[in-house]
Order: sequence, then C-alpha cells, then structure tokens
Amino acid sequence: MSATNEIVQDHGQHHHKDLAHHFDTLEQQHDANTLGMWAFLLTEVLFFGGLFAAYTIYRYKYSAMFEEASNHLDITLGATNTVILILSSLTMALAVRCSQTGNSLWTGRWLLITIAFGLMFLGVKFVEWKHDYHIHLMPGKDWSGKDYWHWQYAKKAKDMETEAHKNGSAEHSLPDRKDVLADNDPSLGVRGIQESQQARLFFLLYFCMTSLHALHMLVGFVLIGIIAYFAYQGAYSPEYYSPVENIGLYWHFVDIVWIFLFPLLYLLGAHMGH
Amino acid sequence: MATTEHSTHQPAPLSLYLATFGMLMFLTILTIFAGFQNFGMWSTPIALGIAGVKAALVVVIFMHGYSSSPLTWVIILASMFFMTIMLGLMLSDYMSRGWAM
Repeated sequence: MSATNEIVQDHGQHHHKDLAHHFDTLEQQHDANTLGMWAFLLTEVLFFGGLFAAYTIYRYKYSAMFEEASNHLDITLGATNTVILILSSLTMALAVRCSQTGNSLWTGRWLLITIAFGLMFLGVKFVEWKHDYHIHLMPGKDWSGKDYWHWQYAKKAKDMETEAHKNGSAEHSLPDRKDVLADNDPSLGVRGIQESQQARLFFLLYFCMTSLHALHMLVGFVLIGIIAYFAYQGAYSPEYYSPVENIGLYWHFVDIVWIFLFPLLYLLGAHMGH
Repeated sequence: MATTEHSTHQPAPLSLYLATFGMLMFLTILTIFAGFQNFGMWSTPIALGIAGVKAALVVVIFMHGYSSSPLTWVIILASMFFMTIMLGLMLSDYMSRGWAM
C-alpha cells in the first residue's frame, strides 16, 4: 500500500497526502478531528438528555405506575438487544483497530459486520414494537376520558399471558376488544383514568426514546456504509484513520444510550414478577 | 511504510477489547439479576451505577478515552457536567415544591 503513504510536494514542503493544509502534523489533525466529534457527541448527550430529564421527573412523580407499566415490556427481547448492540460495539472497536494497523480489508469487513448486528437489533425492535402495538401499549386517543380502554386491554393481555405461563403453555391468545370494552369497570372512575394517563406517559417516553435511538442507528448505517466503502478503496492508513475513529465514536455513543435505556425502561418493574 | 510522520496512536491489544466485551456482558447479566431483586428505593441507583460503569468502560476503552487529549476530556466531562445541571436543577425544583401535576 505504498500509494497511501505517498508524500506529495506542496509549497516546497513535504506533506502527507492526507494532511489538510491548515494542520501542522497528522497528530494535530487527528486530535482536532476527535475533539470535533466529541463536541458533536456532547450536543447529542443533551439531545437525549431532554428525554431522560422528562423520564426522570415523571418517574419521580408516578413511580408506582411507571413500575407497573414497565412490567409490560419484554425483558428477554430487551436483554437480547443489549447483547447484540454490545457485540456491534466490539466489532466496531475491532474495525477501528484494523484501520490503525493498516488492515483495510478487515476494517471494511468489521464495519459491515457492525451494520449486520445493527440490523439484527432493529429486527428484534420491530418485532417488539409490533407486539407492543397489538397489546395496545401505543399511546393515542382513548387513553383518558370516560371511554378509555387501551390500558385496560394491556392489563388484560398481561393477565392472560401470566395465566398461560402458569399453565405451562408458551402460546397465548390476545383478549377480545369487545370483552375489554364490556368489562371496562366504571367504578374505577377518576383514579382509573389517572392511572391510565400515567401509564400512557411511560409508554410515550418508551416509544420516543427507543425510536430516537433507532433513528440514530439508521443514520449510523448510512455513515458506516460510506466509511466501509472508502476502507475497501484503501483510503485509510495507520497515519490517517480519523473517519473510522469518528464513526466508531458515534456508534459507541449509540450503544451507551441503550446501556442506560435498557434498565430504565425494561427492568424498572422486573422485581414485581412476570 | 516509509514515512516522515509518526503513527498517531498505537492500537490497543486485541485482548483488551475482548476483556472489555466480557466485562460488559458480565455487567449486563448483573443488572438483569439486580433488576429482579427488590432493593426498594435503591433499585434505580444500583441500576444506574451498573450502567455508569458500563458506559465508563465503553468511553475509556472502546472510545479510546485512555489515549485522548486533555482537551477531549474537557468535552467528555463537560457533557456529564451539563447533564448533571439539567437533571439536578430540574429535580431540585420538582422535589422542593408542592406543585400539583
């Protein structure tokens, strides 16, 4: 790969071909690139921070209902996704390491493997969201007011699932919407509506936080794909691998967000039993 | 590989990345186990503590915090500082007033 280390003549001075004009050394350029990426990640921390702050306040206010609502999420799928995402972080770290050692082929390969793990994560998430939607966890109308029934449906679905587990059968059917509407106990009154509204808040935060996280992964796929293409072209070398390093920083950040989301959303009500 | 420039950063040993991954897996299992126990008011601090250690491992090893410049660390610590301000001041407001919500 002598071409990647080619020294070109520029203003009578020797410059590495990847050294931008306004930097003195590759080291300085690399540090500036890393610093810039971290500055972007700082804004990302505060971007997600707003949602975490909203979660914190309502978690504090409505602790009991947040725990009960959390108990409706699937811990197995959440844990599976945690493992998949940490695996993708490892493969991303290996991609960056390969770019540092000048192994362009494996830089590209590890990047594509990282995308594959990311797609697996979104696949699991899609299955999970679909199930969440079917058991009426999706916030929308009829979560409050005298005709609220979604939360009643979700609770009934949960009861039927628990019952099925007790009887040792893996399969369980979903409740009939008509039954839920017929059973909707008016004696629950204002208190029932308040509980429904508080649970809705939890699921609103759940869908917002997980979908903002998923959006970051979609953006990541495109960026990693572009970097992988250039890696296969032999654009990076041990002297110049900042783009790989920076896409790595982005991906690890996405991993860190999930590391916090998993216990806060899924494990909150785990001690209540399933 | 004749070049007048020094390599920007030495790659970390492969074993370090694998050990970090192993540690992250162990902590994931630990947080799930802890989640099923009833620690009362300590449940969330314990969960956040474990998540904090996991995040620190990712920042220091995977994100090369161990070899980052002091200026980069200023940014990393600033992100935590601003998050603390946002959460801390908001919570101090909500926890110290009898607002009906």
